[in-house]
Amino acid sequence: MFEQVVTSFIASAAFGVLFNAPKQSLIKCGLVGMIGWVLYYGLVEIEYDSIFATLVAAFVVGVISQFFAKRYKMPIIIFTIAGIIPLVPGGLSYDAMKHFVENDYNVAVQLAAKVCMLAGAIAMGIIFAEVMNQLIIKYNRRKQSEKGAPLK
Amino acid sequence: MEDQKSLNSIIDVCLLAGKIMLENGAETYRVEDTMIRIASAFGCKESQSFSTPTGIIFSLDGDYPISKVIRISHRSTDLHKVTLVNSISRSVTNKELTVREAYIKLKELEKANVAYPLWIQIFAAFISSGCFTIMFNGQWNDFIWACIAGGLGFACLLYLHRLLEVRFFAEFIASFVIGIAAFLFMYAGLGSELDKIIIGAVMPLVPGLLITNAARDLIAGHLVSGLAKGADAGLTALAIGAGIAVAFVIL
Repeated sequence: MFEQVVTSFIASAAFGVLFNAPKQSLIKCGLVGMIGWVLYYGLVEIEYDSIFATLVAAFVVGVISQFFAKRYKMPIIIFTIAGIIPLVPGGLSYDAMKHFVENDYNVAVQLAAKVCMLAGAIAMGIIFAEVMNQLIIKYNRRKQSEKGAPLK
Repeated sequence: MEDQKSLNSIIDVCLLAGKIMLENGAETYRVEDTMIRIASAFGCKESQSFSTPTGIIFSLDGDYPISKVIRISHRSTDLHKVTLVNSISRSVTNKELTVREAYIKLKELEKANVAYPLWIQIFAAFISSGCFTIMFNGQWNDFIWACIAGGLGFACLLYLHRLLEVRFFAEFIASFVIGIAAFLFMYAGLGSELDKIIIGAVMPLVPGLLITNAARDLIAGHLVSGLAKGADAGLTALAIGAGIAVAFVIL
């Protein structure tokens, strides 16, 4: 587990460099990626389905990214990308492709379908986090206006 | 007449901001939002923006309606520039910059090179390839071989991208090089698991940004740009897959 923590941190931060994220955000990129990956890895270890694990990890990545984006006034995309990269089903899509090349279409199509499901789970997780954030903002505004404070 | 001139310069600022953001990999909704915000900070309350990955249409309503189109021909990923445009637009909405100042700042930013030096980028690809091998349950003695294959592939991508503008081909060759390198390591008896080395080494090429942007755009209702980015991501994935596949077939 320890090696997973370290490698996921380094990999996410290095991806920040590849996408040319600002220097001061690299450590945070690494953190987001690490939390997402450790969560995913842990959930898969205790035998949850990988789609569910991806959904949860992506959701948490989304929430943390929202927080960082607001806190450090940076576009949210910097943090979500770094957090998402470890979750992208690269290994599985490689397997799918390999089976296509070997003319083993049955397995290949199954794997490709799984890849699509995982990609969908990532997107759903991120979107859920965003929707939740918007709901909280709306709720706070309504509370403010009920108190009689002027609407922003 | 005077009014129309100032409208013209406002629309230029908005389009330039939008262009820089789209070229460097921002989400569609952020691009449209930023343009509309800048326009309203300069006093044009009603504006419409329609952006796709290949072009932006922007129009200002009012007494002198005006609209312009800008074409976006090349796209890359440079989140630092997106951040900088973001902070410029923030100071515009706080009324800290005039139209002229904002335009000059954006023009400077468009030409500026804020990327990390090449060797740092290649080193990042190098180290992340190895880390991904470990994350996909690879063994530590494959670490260094994945690093070398990944760094080599990424260096190829950067070089070819400069040489021949066609991204599909550059990605194809880069992943082909990765495949060949991984096979050579196996033949030499250095690596232990071919699959893990290739998966790790290919990760720096994977279109992660495009996939997430595509999915978010689609769900947020930007159907045109969502589909376009999805197609872009699909092409990249196809190029990577084909490169590895050719290496498989040859060796």
